[in-house]
Amino acid sequence: MIEAKQIHKSFGKTTVLKGVSATFDQGKTNLIIGQSGSGKTVFLKCLLGLFDIDKGEILYNQKGLHEMSPQERIQLRQDVGMVFQGSALFDSMTVEENIMFPMQMLTNKSVEEIRERAHVVIKRVNLIDADTKMPSEISGGMQKRVAIARAIVMNPKYLFCDEPNSGLDPKTAILIDNLIQEITEEYQITTVINTHDMNSVMEIGEKIIFLENGQKAWEGNKEEIFTTDNQSVGNFVYSSELFKKVRVAYLNKQV
Amino acid sequence: MKNLILTEIETLIVGSLGIVSFISFFVGGVVAIQTALNMENPLLPRNLMGFATRQSVILEFAPTFISVIMAGKVGSYITSSIGTMRVTEQIDALEVMGINTYNYLIFPKIIALLFYPFVITIAMFLGIFGGYTACVYGGFSSSAEFIEGIQLDFIPFHVTYSFVKTFLFALLLATIPSYHGFYLRGGALDVGKASTTSFVWTSVTIIIVNYIVTQILLT
Repeated sequence: MIEAKQIHKSFGKTTVLKGVSATFDQGKTNLIIGQSGSGKTVFLKCLLGLFDIDKGEILYNQKGLHEMSPQERIQLRQDVGMVFQGSALFDSMTVEENIMFPMQMLTNKSVEEIRERAHVVIKRVNLIDADTKMPSEISGGMQKRVAIARAIVMNPKYLFCDEPNSGLDPKTAILIDNLIQEITEEYQITTVINTHDMNSVMEIGEKIIFLENGQKAWEGNKEEIFTTDNQSVGNFVYSSELFKKVRVAYLNKQV
Repeated sequence: MKNLILTEIETLIVGSLGIVSFISFFVGGVVAIQTALNMENPLLPRNLMGFATRQSVILEFAPTFISVIMAGKVGSYITSSIGTMRVTEQIDALEVMGINTYNYLIFPKIIALLFYPFVITIAMFLGIFGGYTACVYGGFSSSAEFIEGIQLDFIPFHVTYSFVKTFLFALLLATIPSYHGFYLRGGALDVGKASTTSFVWTSVTIIIVNYIVTQILLT
């Protein structure tokens, strides 16, 4: 479990996060949603420790991130997997080398053991026959799968995804969402996903946190998002006619 | 780490030998021809061409001129490769994995560039050889006269001075471009801008360090 308590973060005179608190549960897909510029990515990078927070506290299984010794932080890093918005694959390495990379750098396992584990996750994300290809030779959807495979190859306890299905067609985006949800349940990972894709929200939103202007404006799940009377969430989620109709259909069905 | 260092040696050192050899040979030849064409006084000895070529190549051309060229070739490569990793979040990915990014990205480049004096040695040899070829085959002096000029009033400390400079330039070539790449902010356009800025700053720093080292060691 990850807890964020009253997180404040500024860049110069610009305040991005204004006291955000949230809890991310183990074995669930926790979604952070909000408009572009609402502070989602900054919040995610604060949770990861990539940005130092100005005020507040981040707890990983009750242990404060900023109280951890350098050794404990290194250990925590090895328990964290991250899927970046642009995949962030190492473009000078093949798919297989990308997936093997964390184990090569952080473990003392033999090359055979590392390759064996890499092939297990390659199979898990359905990437067979792509292992010798370079990232530039595969599609965007496949790149995301490689990024997911690289993120889970070390058996992480925490998985962070920054807009994992941005730039993907709706079908591939749903496949990626479902893959993340399956992996989360299978390995009982604490998964935190940044997204502004409403399909993802409706599909895998087991816990949803809505950020607005650097503050948490709402919290709930994919069922509660239909019934909420929160004006900000309504304006954001039901900005399209399609989702307005989906909501009406859902509410009518409930009645 | 060993593999990373070997890869960087191949890219930064071995990969630069072609252009350095080409430039050294022809610039050495031009230095010799320019010297020959400016020797109008018949009382000047013909071995002066070998002497002037040796002094120009060892003292300035090989260590300084080649380093400025390398600031363009190697420096731009370092800035753009690290900068691209920054804008595509590859450096963030390394940090999330718990990998020391300075150690992984910059340290191997610094170690690889410790072999830079090897490149300058080749530049010195080919520069003088280019001068020899231009003088002898261009009919400006005989082979014996040029070789006599190369050996004339040779001061071994000049070679030491040259390699002290080279070593300092190697550190500049590794660190300044790495800094500009690592702390890059923005997108693809900014990678190009950072490469240009890195080349300018590396060149300026090389010229200033060259002046200071010359002032300290040769006066």
